Parts: sequence; C-alpha cells; structure tokens
Amino acid sequence: MPTRNTPRVSIQSTDFDLSTEVAALRAQDPRVGAVCSFIGTVRDRTAGEPGQISSMELEHYPGMTEKSIEAMIDAARQRFDIYGVRVIHRVGLLRPLDQIVLVAVSSAHRGESFQACEFLMDYLKTQAPFWKKEQTPTGARWVDARVSDDAALAKWGIALENTSFNAQD
Amino acid sequence: MNVTVKYFASIREAIGLASEQRDTQATTLGALREELIAMGGAYADSLARGKAVRLAFNKVMCDETVVLIEGAEVAFFPPVTGG
Repeated sequence: MPTRNTPRVSIQSTDFDLSTEVAALRAQDPRVGAVCSFIGTVRDRTAGEPGQISSMELEHYPGMTEKSIEAMIDAARQRFDIYGVRVIHRVGLLRPLDQIVLVAVSSAHRGESFQACEFLMDYLKTQAPFWKKEQTPTGARWVDARVSDDAALAKWGIALENTSFNAQD
Repeated sequence: MNVTVKYFASIREAIGLASEQRDTQATTLGALREELIAMGGAYADSLARGKAVRLAFNKVMCDETVVLIEGAEVAFFPPVTGG
C-alpha cells in the first residue's frame, strides 16, 4: 500500500491497481475534491487491421524516462492548480487487455484534474522515451509514431515534434 | 573527447549495439551524427538525413546544435511510441 512517500513516477514490469493508487493520492491531501485518472491498455489491433497483435515489448531509456516524466509533472503543476500526481508506465512484455499506463491527478475541483491528466498523457505520448514493438503473425514490427499525437501536444501551445525529420528540443 | 553513445529501439537493432564509448572529434551532436553516418553500413542507414531520428544529451531531449562535452551521454533513437 503506497504511503505519503509514494514516488510520483514508476517504471515497472508489474501490473498496478487503480484503487490503491487513487487511495494514496487522496490520502496525501484532505483538500482534494477531485481525482481524475487515465488508464491506457494494450489493444490487439491497429486501425484498419483485424485483431492480430499477440503481444508487445515495451523498451525504454532507463533514467531518462523517469527524468522526462518528472519534468512533465513539474510543467503540469506550473500550468494547473493540482495537488498530487501519479504516473506508472509498464515496460517489458505485455499482452492485449493488459494495463500499460496510468496517469492520475488530484485537485480541489474537477476542471484542473481533467486538464492536467490529458496534458500529461499528451506530453508523455510524444516526449517520454518508450518504444513499442508488436508481435504479429507476419513477424515483429516497431510501432510508428503518430502525427496526431504531435497535434495533441500542440493544442497546449507546446510545439515539440516527435515525428519530424528534424529533432527538436 | 570521450562520450558514451546509446541507441534504442529500431536504431539499436540495426546497429547491433545498445551503447558504445567513442573517442570523437565532433563538437556538436549534429557533427557526431555525421561522424557516425560516415562509418557507413547500418550507422549510415539508420541515422541517415531524412530519417526521423531523435537525440538526447545527458538524458534530456535536445537538438543537434548542442555542444558535446567530455564524458557526455548522447542517445539516438526513433520517434517515441509509449503511452
């Protein structure tokens, strides 16, 4: 059971429990009036294809992953009036139906939590160093980054392109 | 100067290395990329201009203008696909 000392960011191969994480966020501050959470799960298909993905391998850049997500949380705290943040991202071998990512945010009122949760996911999708490799009947393939994810981050006024030919800071 | 160069995902697979120590003449990350491309083979293919390659300097995303320093950790990787 997480305590007040629960880290803000965890990169782990093991599963997580939403109720446990939300309870920890709420326990950290009695001013909390809203908790918003997002869970990403592994799908067995991509658009236009039948379900054929049997598993995926999640690779990351140890050290940089945690550092980059911590920086995103700092950016979210500057932008939104929020209290607690918890981010968990799984790595290693995952299968369809598995939970892969959790972002949970607490605040006094719902608006800030909803926005900060979406902001953090949009940021994470294009700026945290994770890579997915899918296993299909025709072999393994690296997942392509999506231009629409860059657009999602751009709507927050952050012009950092993941898919561009010219890497930016 | 000596730097650590890391590769991830499809670039790591193509080059066949996750990490290497390099003694480089390059002064910027862009020049280091050119130096690696000049080695030919999988380096040239996976880091070629026109390919979407992202860079990190000491575990922070950066662009190619960043100046190298002794002992730096540089990483080359494809666009990220987490979440």
